[in-house]
Formats: sequence, structure tokens, C-alpha cells
Amino acid sequence: MTPFTTLTARAAPLDMDNVDTDQIIPKQFLKTTERAGLAKGLFYDLRFDAEGRAKPGFVLDDPCYAKAGVLIAGDNFGCGSSREHAPWALQDFGIRCVIAPSFADIFRNNALQNGLLPVVLPRKTCEALMAEALGGNHLFTVDLERQVVTSPSGAAFTFEIDAPAKQKLLAGLDAIGETLTKADAIDAFEAAQSQSQPWMTPA
Amino acid sequence: MAGKTLYDKIFDAHLVASDGRGDGTGEAILYIDLHLIHEVTTPQAFAGLAAAGRKVRRPDRTLAVLDHNVPTEGQALGLAGITDPDSRAQVEALERNVAKYGVPLFALGDPRNGIVHVVGPEQGRTQPGMTIVCGDSHTSTHGAFGALAHGIGTSEVEHVLATQTLRQTRSRTLRVNFTGAPPPGVGAKDYALALIAQIGTSGGAGYAIEYAGEAVRALTMEGRMTLCNMSIEAGARTGLVAPDETTFAYLKGRPGAPKAGAWELALAHWRTLVSDPDARFDREIEIDVSTLAPMVTWGTSPQDAAPITGATPDPEALTDGVNNAPRAAAIRRALDYMGLKPGQPLAGIAIDRVFIGSCTNSRIEDLRAAAAIVRGRHVADGVRAMVVPGSGLVREQAEAEGLDVIFRDAGFDWREPGCSMCLGMNPDRLAPGERCASTSNRNFEGRQGRGGRTHLLSPAMAAAAAVTGRLTDVRDLL
Ligand code: SF4
Repeated sequence: MTPFTTLTARAAPLDMDNVDTDQIIPKQFLKTTERAGLAKGLFYDLRFDAEGRAKPGFVLDDPCYAKAGVLIAGDNFGCGSSREHAPWALQDFGIRCVIAPSFADIFRNNALQNGLLPVVLPRKTCEALMAEALGGNHLFTVDLERQVVTSPSGAAFTFEIDAPAKQKLLAGLDAIGETLTKADAIDAFEAAQSQSQPWMTPA
Repeated sequence: MAGKTLYDKIFDAHLVASDGRGDGTGEAILYIDLHLIHEVTTPQAFAGLAAAGRKVRRPDRTLAVLDHNVPTEGQALGLAGITDPDSRAQVEALERNVAKYGVPLFALGDPRNGIVHVVGPEQGRTQPGMTIVCGDSHTSTHGAFGALAHGIGTSEVEHVLATQTLRQTRSRTLRVNFTGAPPPGVGAKDYALALIAQIGTSGGAGYAIEYAGEAVRALTMEGRMTLCNMSIEAGARTGLVAPDETTFAYLKGRPGAPKAGAWELALAHWRTLVSDPDARFDREIEIDVSTLAPMVTWGTSPQDAAPITGATPDPEALTDGVNNAPRAAAIRRALDYMGLKPGQPLAGIAIDRVFIGSCTNSRIEDLRAAAAIVRGRHVADGVRAMVVPGSGLVREQAEAEGLDVIFRDAGFDWREPGCSMCLGMNPDRLAPGERCASTSNRNFEGRQGRGGRTHLLSPAMAAAAAVTGRLTDVRDLL
């Protein structure tokens, strides 16, 4: 996983609550067996009509947000399906950080697995940041080590993130490799369980 | 010291290691007892495994099904019956991967195959006290058995394949007490929609929900599965019900359930799986089910639910709270997408399609409830209605009871098992603008097909809509 330390980038405002993962990446793009190349499906139904023609007006299609690295959105971002294609698609587009008043649990987990930083800030702050993001010709800085988002006007906002998540992102840890260093503990758990709960091991 | 909740008991019993700070904020490594997999969220996980030269640690605790992509006809043809090349590629990839790593798979056309959350319980693989994960958000369904079950992403699927564990932080706990006795025509789906309407789709975020109260005790396993299934629509990754005699009776004799001597041992353990009387929950909610009416959604989020006797909201007339502007905008957008007017009565809205199926409501009891309304009636003119059993075994059971004849005689399409029109990844989907009464779990924009309009409701309510051609209070047909 690519580590996340500091990001300086343009931010795109998406003023919608309950942006669900079906919207972030519709089902027809889940038929891939690859992780790469999903940007073409990102917010597809909001960007293209039923015939596949571009619909004007979606924020990420505005040229000034074409290089956005941050997305600022409403409440409960990433709700719905567990598809990890949602963070994959955002990252494939170039988004490395989403700022919102709240995130759905599974999306947050999936984002963290991929070095995509979910930043929770109060709704009022998100609204203010969206206002500053209008026009797109400004840079936001997200500093994970210090846990601070700095807006183009220089205002700084501190955010909370739990320690394990922060550690994982900063180091770009390979979670599986880390867990496998505990193989002895897993062996011991299995041995104990097969004694105390023998029915748990399928015949 | 206060007692423990059921959630905490299961969590603690599966701790392999924690990061050692012991302050409750750290990440724990939890052992996973059962890992269910399907074709859509696994190809990248197996690819990652292979690239790192790793193995599947416990193929015997992994079970694969084919459900999301598969067409609901011609399954006996196997791969040849799947015309969409991308769908076929995913099915092929799963078949190849399970063969390579020795993971059991129920093949297409095998009666044991079906929707992953129908198959696990039906096979007796889902058991009380287990930790269960699957790359699918409705894994919460298995919590009906008093298991700690939740959806995971593909990276986590790879982690579980390689280590049989998952890195987790502890959730807060929310107990929802459903009290009272339900009026006729009201059941588990209505409880779930009423709860989500009350707390919102993010109301359960960060929480593990335990469902309790006499109305939950009175539910069958099918009803409890419907309720736990919808936990994720309330934002909670997991929902559970303490196991009891209903649970044990359901499990007894199923292929994966403990046999003879082991059964007694298991039972003794399972009986300890309750929240202690003095356990403290971070939040508690009570809903008196005797006050509920059959529920239906009018918008594009499961929280947009109301009694069938109600009407769509008027965004101009919001009174609750100070900051109504975002809510009003969301309502306007939803009504516009759904082609409905503010303040429009829900009963009487004309529908085009009916879908009875999905991991929420495709079990035998759901089909019986729908058939009871359909019996002796006919699908309304101009309406296309389909029933998609949750597994091949549900389908066989329904046919043994003659339910297929009732549905077919009434003009329903009787399909083969799969996710079908729940998500429209296979050939079953809505056309733009089509309005569907659906027993599934998500009414997001485009969920059942681009431009499709979904009204979530119970199987009995879906049957009522099918025979009248409109959203209808099922109590009028009882
Ligand atoms: S039936 Fe629907 S919700 Fe359930 S597993 Fe299939 S696609 Fe997901």
C-alpha cells in the first residue's frame, strides 16, 4: 500500500448526503477481475446518460477539478454495498482523501486498506471547505501526521483518526504480512478451539 | 464489573492478538470461523494471494457460491448458460481459484447453490457464537443465529483467505427492543423499515446492533434473518439476535450442524450466548410493534420509509430540526427521481414490476407469505412479476408445497436462484422509469437497473401490489 503522509491538491465539492457505493461505481463496473482502470466508471450514472453520452455539470468533469486529489462530500459517505471498487475507482481518478461529516463503516475500512484517507470534520466545516473549493484554483493541504487540513485561505482544521488507522496509512503497511508475523498465535487459537469447540471444525 | 453484551462475548472469544495497548482503542486480530465467498468480490483477492505466493489457510472454513452474476434461468447449462462475457469471466475465475486452493464450491445448477446469505444458514454452516465474514455487506444476515457476522472489502477477503483472521476495532453497542405483538400483515421487514425510518441510514454507523424484545423472540429464523439483513441499511455492519430454542430447532439435522455427541456439547455452549442482564449498551431504542402498519419506501434511501397508510413528504413543510435545507433538497431529488409528487398517498401508486427475492426475503417462509396473498388471484394487467427463490433447495421446497403452481397460475415468472433483480448485475433488471415493488433491501438510484424506481416492502405487500397493480395495504386482502 502506498503510504499517506501529506497531500497538497485541489479539492472538488460534492454537496450530497448519503453518497452510496452504487453511485460511486455502478454494478456494471464490478464485473472486472482487475483493480486498475476503474476511474472510467466513477460516478458513471451522474456523468453519463443512458446512451453513454456525457452529461454536463458533474463536478469532477469540470476541467478545474480534473486533477482534484481531495473530495469534500456530505454525511454518510460510502454507504451501502461493501464493494472495494469504490475506493479503487476514486483512487484511479486521483482522489487520495475524502472529507465528510461522516463515513459508512465498511467504506472507511476499505479506504484505509488502500491508502485513501477518510477525514471526518463537522458539517459546518465541510460546508465552509466546499465554499473555498469553488472554482478549483486553490490548493488544500492534508497533513496526516499532524492531523490537520489547511484550506486555501490558510484556515487550519484538526481532525481525529484512530491510532491504528493512522499508523497503517503513514507506514503503508502490508496488513497481511503484519498479521502473518502472529502465525504462532493463530496456530494456538486453532489448537485451543479444536479442543473446546470440536464441532467448529467442519468434517 | 458490569456484565458483557453478546457482541463483546463473541468478540472476546475470538481474540487472537491485540496491539497491546489494552486501552480499547487498538486494533484486534479476530479469528474467523467461517468465510463465505462469491464471484464478484474475490478475483482481486485471489490475484493478490497468488502474487504474494500465499495459500488459503483454511479452505475447509471457506465456502464459495455463485450468486450475483448468474442468470436466473438455464443454470443447468452451467457456464454455457451465461451469455454476458464479463459475468462468465468472473464465474470462471472463481471456479479456477477454488479448484487451485481446494475451497468447496456449490456449482451452478447444484440445488445447494443460491444467494450466499441463504446458503450458509440453510446448510447449517452458520452457527451461534461464530465469527462470519463475506465480501458482501448483507453478511449481517447471519447475525440472526447469534453469530458476529459482517461484510468486508476485497483486501480484507484476501487477509482472511491468507490468515483466517481479520483486523478489527471494537464497535459500540446498540440494543433495539421490539416490544408488543404485531398487528396482522406486519412482520420482520416492517420492523426493519420502521427502525431505519426512525434512526436513518447512518443511525447505526459504528454500532453493533442487538435485536431483543418479545417481538424478536416470536420471530422465526427467517424473520430474524430479514431483520439482521437490513442492519447494514441502518448503517450498522452487524446485527445479532441471541440464539434460543427457535435457533436450535432450525439448525438441528442440517448438513453442517454438529452431529450426535457434539450437538449436546454445542448446545451447552450456545445457551451461554446471551447478553448478561447487567450488560451496558451504548445506546438503546424501543419500538412497540403493535403500533406499526405495513411499511413501504417512497424514495431512494431505505430511510425513506413510511406506513402504507401514509403519503410522500412535502419538502416545503419540514418542521423538525433547524437545518432542513439539505433534507428538503434530498427529498426533492428523491421524489423527482421516483416520479412522485409531494404529499402523494402511497397506497394507489401504480407499479410496473414486482420482484420477490433477494437475501432479505427469498426464503421458504417469505414465499409462503406471498403465496398466501396470491392464491386464487391473478397478477394485474400490464404488471410483470417474478419470484426468485434464494437457493435451489428453497425452490425445491416451494415446489414440493405447490407454491410454484400458485405463482405460475397467477401469472408470476418462477425463476432459478440468485441475486437477480436485487442489483441488476445479471440479465434481470428494470428498464428506465419502470416502477417496481421489491422485497430487496436497497432502493438507491439505479440499483435495480438504471433509471429504475424501487419501492421496498415485505413479501406479502409485494404480492398485494402484484395482484392489484398498485401499492396496496395488504391488510385489505387478508
Ligand atoms: S441478494 Fe442483493 S443484497 Fe443480497 S447478496 Fe445478492 S446482491 Fe447482495
